[in-house]
Amino acid sequence: MQERRAYSLQPTAYSLLSSSLQPTAHSLKRWLRDWKLRLLIFFSILGPGFITANVDNDAGGIYTYSLAGAKFGYLLLWIFVPMTIALVVVQEMCSRMGAVTGKGLSDLIREEFGFRITFLMMAALVLANFTNVMAEFAGVASSLQIFGVSPYISVPASAFLVWVLVVRGDYKSVEKVFLVASGFYIAYIVSGALAHPDWLLAAANVARPRMPLTTEALMMVVGLIGTTIAPWMQFYLQAAVVEKGVQAEQYAASRVEVVIGCIFMSVVAFFIVVACAATLHVGGQHEIKDAGHAAVALRPLAGRYASLLFTFGLFNASLFAASILPLATAYTVCEGLGFESGVNKRFSEAPFFYWLYTLLIVLGAGVVLIPGFPLIRMIFLSQVINGLLLPFILVFMVLLINRVDLMGEYTNSRLYNVITWATVIVVGLLGAILTVATLRG
Amino acid sequence: MIYLTELLRLPVLDSAGRPLGRLSEVAVVPAEDPKRVAQFVLRSRGRRLAIGHEAVQEVSLNAFRLSVPSEQLREFDPRDDQLLVTKDVLDQQIIDINGRKVVRVNDVGFLEQRTDGTCEVRLAEVDVGLSGAFRRLFQGLLPLAAIRSLEKHLAHRVIPWEFVDLIETDPKRRVKLKISHDKLARLHPADLADIVEELAPAEREAIFESLDETKAAEALSEVEPKVQRSIIQSLDAEKAADILEEMAPDEAADLLGDLPGRTSKGFLEDMQPAEAEELGELLEFPEDTAGGMMTTDFIAVPETGSVDSAIAVLRANRETAHTANAVFLVDAQDRLTGSVPLAELFLASPSTLLAQLKPDLLLFAHLDSSEDDVITLFDKYNVLTLPVIDEEYVLAGVITADDIISLLKSKL
Repeated sequence: MQERRAYSLQPTAYSLLSSSLQPTAHSLKRWLRDWKLRLLIFFSILGPGFITANVDNDAGGIYTYSLAGAKFGYLLLWIFVPMTIALVVVQEMCSRMGAVTGKGLSDLIREEFGFRITFLMMAALVLANFTNVMAEFAGVASSLQIFGVSPYISVPASAFLVWVLVVRGDYKSVEKVFLVASGFYIAYIVSGALAHPDWLLAAANVARPRMPLTTEALMMVVGLIGTTIAPWMQFYLQAAVVEKGVQAEQYAASRVEVVIGCIFMSVVAFFIVVACAATLHVGGQHEIKDAGHAAVALRPLAGRYASLLFTFGLFNASLFAASILPLATAYTVCEGLGFESGVNKRFSEAPFFYWLYTLLIVLGAGVVLIPGFPLIRMIFLSQVINGLLLPFILVFMVLLINRVDLMGEYTNSRLYNVITWATVIVVGLLGAILTVATLRG
Repeated sequence: MIYLTELLRLPVLDSAGRPLGRLSEVAVVPAEDPKRVAQFVLRSRGRRLAIGHEAVQEVSLNAFRLSVPSEQLREFDPRDDQLLVTKDVLDQQIIDINGRKVVRVNDVGFLEQRTDGTCEVRLAEVDVGLSGAFRRLFQGLLPLAAIRSLEKHLAHRVIPWEFVDLIETDPKRRVKLKISHDKLARLHPADLADIVEELAPAEREAIFESLDETKAAEALSEVEPKVQRSIIQSLDAEKAADILEEMAPDEAADLLGDLPGRTSKGFLEDMQPAEAEELGELLEFPEDTAGGMMTTDFIAVPETGSVDSAIAVLRANRETAHTANAVFLVDAQDRLTGSVPLAELFLASPSTLLAQLKPDLLLFAHLDSSEDDVITLFDKYNVLTLPVIDEEYVLAGVITADDIISLLKSKL
């Protein structure tokens, strides 16, 4: 038969492709695929909010919370209650805006408030984010210093690594490594618990807010707010929600994820303060001069390996944020001002995007290498700058989210508006007082 | 040329030379004239007054002069058929048809045309360059003339109004403003896909709603899977089903396979029964097997026929023939017996029997052959198409090289 002859002519191809899968194996494969699909959906929904929350505990976060615990002990713990509420509200607003409008925050500011306001906003954001990039590289420098690695090696190497990782588009595959390594934060919760903190005193300080009326305390409060509700995070989170393609209809799942992410982040931050209060502050160490000091907070858990653990955590957190922050800034600015952007574009197609991205990294890393650069002081100050910028960003957000033509039925509830405006007023006032007090010396 | 930014700074003077205030908006009514500014909105002592185009006497960098006294101006009455340039165009994203990309508008340029006593202002271009950005940044801070001389040193990038495609998400307004995406539809589907990927979901939906099914199907096939899903789910079910029918069956099946079960079932119910059945069968195959990769659009002819008869079949199936590069030979039971490249068909004399053109080596994959095996065959034998057969050796579908390229690219 002709047909048979045809088959016999190509035994390799035939045997290679002969059917081997039994029906049961087939359905097993199908089930596995569905299961993988479901896991994928879970992860894709469990994406933006959770990642943002973890990135937020960056070098700036770790040092600011540590400083708060070392300097003020349990005294400022009360701030976590209003701050967490504000954080949840603000992050939820961002992701809602992203899901409903499908546009980034800087796009919306540009479309609704015009070019000049967008330009000023972006200029301020670039400045603030620049100090944050610097803080991340300062984090890299200080973490590896514990092991005697010179910043002149660790910082340029990390800067180069970050630049290549993102420009070559390998970042997405590394992100999971960063995320898993973020599990390090649990070490603070355990260490905080093992340090036998004075829970009664801590609880009393949570329930009964007390605020020392000094410039230092004021600056600490603004820094805590600035690091927890960082302006750049709002742009990043909204962009990430848009990028994931979360839409208004599936928004409920996203909201849950954002809230869980925020609470997780706040709990970690709370325990960093508690751990530092119970070890450093109680032990009479009220200043943090280098990473070695901050690492003491992990001693109840890790003993003499505390430094190793701290170095690992801080290095991971710094590098994680350093690979997101300059890129997020470049995207935000280009979208707002209408420049071409995207790592899938060539340099000649999106020159402004690549220049901004590269300069943020090069200058951010470069500044850290200035001899005698006060690493930890500057990391802290960058978070204070975040706190000063925050109210302005929030005003735009709350104005945008209440526009019916943009948000339809998804505008803010009255409670949300009250909380946001209260945050704007309180943080704005604190910032104004701090600025005046600093200028007067 | 005068720019919107400049126009909005000009002092408005009435026929008696009295200053009235400044302009706040410029309205074009595309239904009457696609480019002429029909009304200017004047903000004067807390009121919004309309200045008809016939009442404008002179527009220069010094003043905006009216030919009527201020008493004749009426309250501005916003209507749906007015394109408000400040609100709808300035700072928004538009599609640059010529450059085939999405850009943001920094400023809008107008041409002044003087005709016996009145001055007509017409839309001319949108400014998307640095000079426009500079003008916006310094408006009101520097004199207009100073800005003009400084902006000359900056990169000037404009798009003529003819090549501007506005994106309006409200369908009713789209009709009233006469926004059609005719020019957009003439772009290559791959370019169209790139543009669409840059837009927000509502804007994508607006564009796909206005494209015809064929064009929409071609463009949708080129869009990345995640965006594909969001587009098809945003369209109304009937339109979505029409587009899915027009897509290549393998691509439609891939898309449906990624949707939630209920949604894809719903689409299948809205489709023509024959096409729905075909897709339903394709959906049964796991995505990473030959069955999941193949399309059911192919041309098979009886091996007993002649070259002439094969060409007749090709002519009768133009759509499929368009993308085919081989015809497949089958026996009386529809079992695969060979394949003949199109080039061979045209080189052979019309009366040659097809069986004589059959190559010695018959390559094929089984429905459940793995993705890797299929790729290996494509690579080893340098084929452009590979037939897929079921357990009875009946030809079930065809895998084409473009699918292999897309697959490999996604794995890079």
